[in-house]
Order: sequence, then structure tokens, then C-alpha cells
Amino acid sequence: MSARRPKIDKADYYRGIRMTPYDLIKEIAIATVGILVVVLILSAVLSSPDVPSATIQAWAKSDPVDFVTTAAGELSSQTITAQYGPPYTTGSGSVQSIGPIEPQVWAGVHVAVNAALDFVLQPLSQATVGDQTLASGLTTFNDASAAQQQKWLAAYNQALGSAKLVSNEVSVPSGDYGPVPVLMSRLLVLARSGGLDALLLTSDHFYQTDYSKPLLFLSDGGYFRGLAQAQDLTGTQWGMMNETGRYPGQAWLWLFTLWYQVPAIGSASNADLLVVVVMTILSLGLLLVPFIPGVRDIPRWIPVHKLIWRQHYKSMARRTRA
Amino acid sequence: MSEAGGMGSGAGAPPPAAGSSGSSSTGSPAVRDTGWTAAVRSRLEGRLPLEEVLPTRQPAFVGSWVYVFGVVTIAALVWVLVSGTVLAFMGAAWWHTSNLGHFFNSIHFWSVQMFFIFMVLHLWGQYWGAGWRDGRAKTWMVGVVLFLVSIVTAFTGYLVQQNFDSQWIAVNAKDAINASGLGGFFNVLNFGQMYGIHVMLFPIALTLLVVLHIVQVRSRGVVRPIGDPYVADTGASASTGAPQ
Repeated sequence: MSARRPKIDKADYYRGIRMTPYDLIKEIAIATVGILVVVLILSAVLSSPDVPSATIQAWAKSDPVDFVTTAAGELSSQTITAQYGPPYTTGSGSVQSIGPIEPQVWAGVHVAVNAALDFVLQPLSQATVGDQTLASGLTTFNDASAAQQQKWLAAYNQALGSAKLVSNEVSVPSGDYGPVPVLMSRLLVLARSGGLDALLLTSDHFYQTDYSKPLLFLSDGGYFRGLAQAQDLTGTQWGMMNETGRYPGQAWLWLFTLWYQVPAIGSASNADLLVVVVMTILSLGLLLVPFIPGVRDIPRWIPVHKLIWRQHYKSMARRTRA
Repeated sequence: MSEAGGMGSGAGAPPPAAGSSGSSSTGSPAVRDTGWTAAVRSRLEGRLPLEEVLPTRQPAFVGSWVYVFGVVTIAALVWVLVSGTVLAFMGAAWWHTSNLGHFFNSIHFWSVQMFFIFMVLHLWGQYWGAGWRDGRAKTWMVGVVLFLVSIVTAFTGYLVQQNFDSQWIAVNAKDAINASGLGGFFNVLNFGQMYGIHVMLFPIALTLLVVLHIVQVRSRGVVRPIGDPYVADTGASASTGAPQ
């Protein structure tokens, strides 16, 4: 006890300051009721946003070319997810680092995703019942060498550049694509039926709560981004703090979002990591304000406190005059 | 003066009961209570007597509007927790299929907005009043941790709405979280993980931090206005180097 710095007695601390009656419970009660009234009014008048979630089914129906292009990209490991890196794959396509600092790599793969297998081949293999053409196509593809698979896929991906929608089917110019058109055609049918939404969630468990795979697949396509763009939600639109509709979103993320608008950061390949580092430093700065000379002195230099304690300073002045 | 001012024991003086000599219930000679329970009781009684928890007098300068923000923040948090409890009880998808559910979601949504508006006003108020002075740095720091935990809590809330906002926020946020190396452990695409964190872990953490913050505020009292510093009997200032 004696080794500790003695604390200030409150009677002593408030010496010279007038004490007034104060009803804490009443203040809390009034504030609680007041906020409830405001919140009820806002809820009744403005409601809250709830734009339905995007589905793979809707994607396949409304933009089949984009869907097939993305699926073929997954099969040939050309998409963002397929090449992402940790925590999904061992790749390096989306790995960010600052010099030798690579926390993403250090953490390793913890949510393993095999884009070709998880998004295309595995769901198709579960839909082969009664479809001999699909079963045969899958066998042909799986039995082919990796070089042959890539040859088919490269040709097909190139042909998708001039794909057309004919009789609600994605049609490409004739070429040597092996079984790829059959696989893509069946995947499109599966997606349009809503089956792919469910199949991307299946695992060896009955209950499902992990949407990593369907979300990663959706995010690889242009359809999903288009929906976000229409709602002003992309990064260049300060999307991180926006919300669908004309509602306030996470406005408290304004500073986090701000850094992405700075060209030097926003266009960097490691923009996310840079922003994380900057925000970590700023958060630590906020935490340690009481100990940072200059920052802790600003309230004295810029006298906002004159407004906060205006009455107190008036009474001080009166006492001084008296 | 005696109520708010007579809180000397609350400011650190040893409590008169547990942990010190006193009469036992049998009236036998004084027996010193020992052990962990006695130590915790002694500390609680010493730091936070009831007149500190529920004060009936405060310094006159507390009449400023800036002191209202903290209380209103807590009031908003009450409705965040109440509406969140109803939403959690009825299930994650309820509010998409029920008008009543949607209304409760709206209450949750606007309570959160109110919570943040007043918390930020409170934070700014404390900054411009240099509320960390005279040994209140820990109070400020717990408040900042509260602010940061609140942001993560709200973020997980946005992730579990089960609508387009959730999908888009999850898909975009994953890159920053993955880049920091946390993506494999805090998987924003995993609804089950985010839901558990949002409705259970973070609300508990938030509530405990709020309680700690209030205890800190109540045990030390509000800081004196800048320019009217506490001066100890010795004539030396007891301030910690922050603005006077």
C-alpha cells in the first residue's frame, strides 16, 4: 500500500467546486425512453434495408455467359479464387506483403478451396444420375492429361470471348474443346435449377453454416460486382461504409475507407495490408492519446473546452472578480 | 459536498470492513478476514461504495451537455441488446419473412446508429475535455477499446444479416482480413462463426467493457475542467502532465 502512489481524495479533488444535486437513475431513465422514442419513429418511418441475397441460380439465369465464363475459369484455375493464396490455396495471386512481412503466408491455408474440384467437378459428379452424357464427359475430362485439359480449356475460354446466347444456351464457335462444353452446359442447367447453390454448401455434415465456397464462386464473376456497382457499394464508391438503398451504413468506417481513395494506397497491389497497418497504428495512437505529447495538448491549445464548460468558466470569472 | 466529496474511501483509502480488523458476528475479539473472497470484497468496497455507484450530487460543471452523450450511448446500447435478443431468439432468418421481425431489425439497426453517433460524440467530448487527466488514462483507454470492439461487433452484425449487404461486405472485407493473416481464423465468409461471435462473444465483451468503463468513471469521478486544475494541499498539481 505504501509503495503505491496515494490516490486523490474526491472531497479534496473537487475542492472549490460547487456540488449540485444529481439524479443518475432519472437521467438514465429519460435517456433510455428518449432513445426508444427516436428509434421507434425512425424504424416506423424509414424501416431498414434488406436487399435479397444474390444467388447462383439468379446469376445463371440473368447472365449465363458470365456464369459459364467464370465456371470455365475455375476449371482452368484462372480465377481470383483459384489463384488466391492463403487462407484458401497455396497460390500467390492475392497474397499481400510489405517487404519481407507476409502475415498472409505465415498464417497458411486454413480454409482450403480447390476451385476446379469444389465449384465445378464435384457438383457435376453429384448430378450424373440418369445423365450418361455428363457422366461420360466427366470421365473423359478426368482421365485426360493435365496438358490436354488445359488445351481444351484454353481453346474454350478463348471461344467464350465471342459466346452468344442461342435458345437460352451459351453457344461458342466450333472448336476442339473436348468434353468442356458438355460440362459447362450441364453446370448451367444445374445452376439454373438452384441445385448448385445447395451443392456448393454440401460437405460430410448435415448442418451447413459455412458459405465460403458459394461466396467465393459468386465473387469471381462479373454479375456479383455488377449488382454491387448498381448499389454504389464498390471500393471506389466508398462502398465499405455504404449500405444498399439510401440508408446510413457503417459510417464509423469512414477513415478505413478513406485510405482506399488515396491513389498511392488504393492502386497498390498490397492496398489492404497497407490500410490495415495504417489503421492499426492510428488505433494504437487513439488508445495512447494520454501519453503522446502534442496530441494530448491539442485540447488545451484549441479551446473547445471553453464551450464544454462555459458556465463553469463564467462562475470562475465571477469568483475571481469577487 | 459530503456525498460526492465524502468519497475518500472510494478514491483508494482502505475500507473499514472486510480485510481489516473488526468485530465478528459473535462479538468475539476482532478476526481478520483473509482469502481471495475477502480480498475481492475489500477491493470492491474500497473502490466502489454505493454512494459512488449511485451518486446524488455531482460537481456543477457536470451540467454541461457533453456529459449527456455517455449516458445516451448506454441507453442506445440497451435497445441494441434488447432488439438483438429478440432477433437472436426468433432465429437468423425470421426478420426476412415477418413484418414484426423486420420492425425489430429496424429497431436494432437504428439503435446501433444511435449508439455510434453518441459514442463518437462522447469520444470527441472526452478528447476536447482531455478526460484522461488526473489519473484517468486507463478510463480513456478502456473507452477506446470499447469503441474498437463496438466497430468489430457492428461489422459482424452486418455479416450475419443474410442479405446482399452481408454477401458484399463479407467478400470485400475478406481481403483485408486475409492480408493481415487472420482470415483463416476469423473467416468472414463463415456465417456460423460470425453469427456466434456477433450474438454471443462480442456482446458479452462489450457489456463487460461498458461495466468496467462505468466503474472507472464512477470510482474516480469526472475530471476537473481544463484551466481549473486540482491543486493538492502541498500546493503541487496532481495532474499527470496532460492539459491543465
